[in-house]
Amino acid sequence: MSERAQRLLQIADDELVLGWRDSEWTGIAPFLEEDVAFSSIAQNEIGHARALYELAARDLDMTADELAFDRPPEEYRCAPFVELRLMDWADTIARRVLYEAADAIRLEVLKSDPDPELAGLAAKMDREEVYHRLHAQMWADRLRDEPRFRTSVNALWGQALGVLDAELAAVLAERAPEQLGWTPATAAPAARNGHSEGFRELWDEMTMVRRSIPGASW
Amino acid sequence: MIYEVFRQERKGQAFQHAGSITAPNDAFAEAYAREQYGRRQESEALWLVPRTALREVSDFPDELQKSYHRVDGYSLKAKLKEARERAGTAAPADR
Repeated sequence: MSERAQRLLQIADDELVLGWRDSEWTGIAPFLEEDVAFSSIAQNEIGHARALYELAARDLDMTADELAFDRPPEEYRCAPFVELRLMDWADTIARRVLYEAADAIRLEVLKSDPDPELAGLAAKMDREEVYHRLHAQMWADRLRDEPRFRTSVNALWGQALGVLDAELAAVLAERAPEQLGWTPATAAPAARNGHSEGFRELWDEMTMVRRSIPGASW
Repeated sequence: MIYEVFRQERKGQAFQHAGSITAPNDAFAEAYAREQYGRRQESEALWLVPRTALREVSDFPDELQKSYHRVDGYSLKAKLKEARERAGTAAPADR
């Protein structure tokens, strides 16, 4: 697999799986307005995954759907951070805030990639991410002094650092305190290899309909 | 806090009341209004007004039935027709 396809799949899998996890809040978020906003952001992430898969699919002579749903679970390259099934709103919002911070750094690098297709797609995604970042920032500001939020951020910090490679993780560690208004407790970055315990179950559910009639055209 | 949302569908059109949203502050209100009234490209612009900033006026007493304040009974249509006939101009076509 080309280096470009590998890079694309890593980001696409992050976006798909986080979009999936965040969609689990549809209908049960703490209040109606946030429910609509949060679901919409989750859908956007899945839209970004689709665009990334489409580009990778061209390189691999496959389709975006095949990449998203027909690979065995061990071939997904997402970070364990996005796989976590978070049942607590403080954890969920902490993950959104940290993921957006990490994703922003990753997109910045991608936007200046010499490959015009990569850079162009990154620029498109980034325009939508501006709004995601506003949403994340307003929650970070609002919950800044809430002990539950701080506990969640601290618990997830190492996982968030693991979304990026070592060089970019250092940038995240430098920027996050500014965005949060406080510094999370030092944690070792969680490596992006292997999957968390709940991933198999997520994969089962996510691919269930597609697997029910293999090869069907939907 | 409750915000009333007014929506402009196309440039130049009047803003119309679209609904209301609950949000803890202006920043959240903007985010939620965007999602509920703008994410499908259905709005050109939005106005967000805290409900507390609205002054409602609703009491219009007319104890003595001063019907001469009202315009019902005064047929503008007939007057216009007469005026057009005098001026020899046609009514504008239906838009």
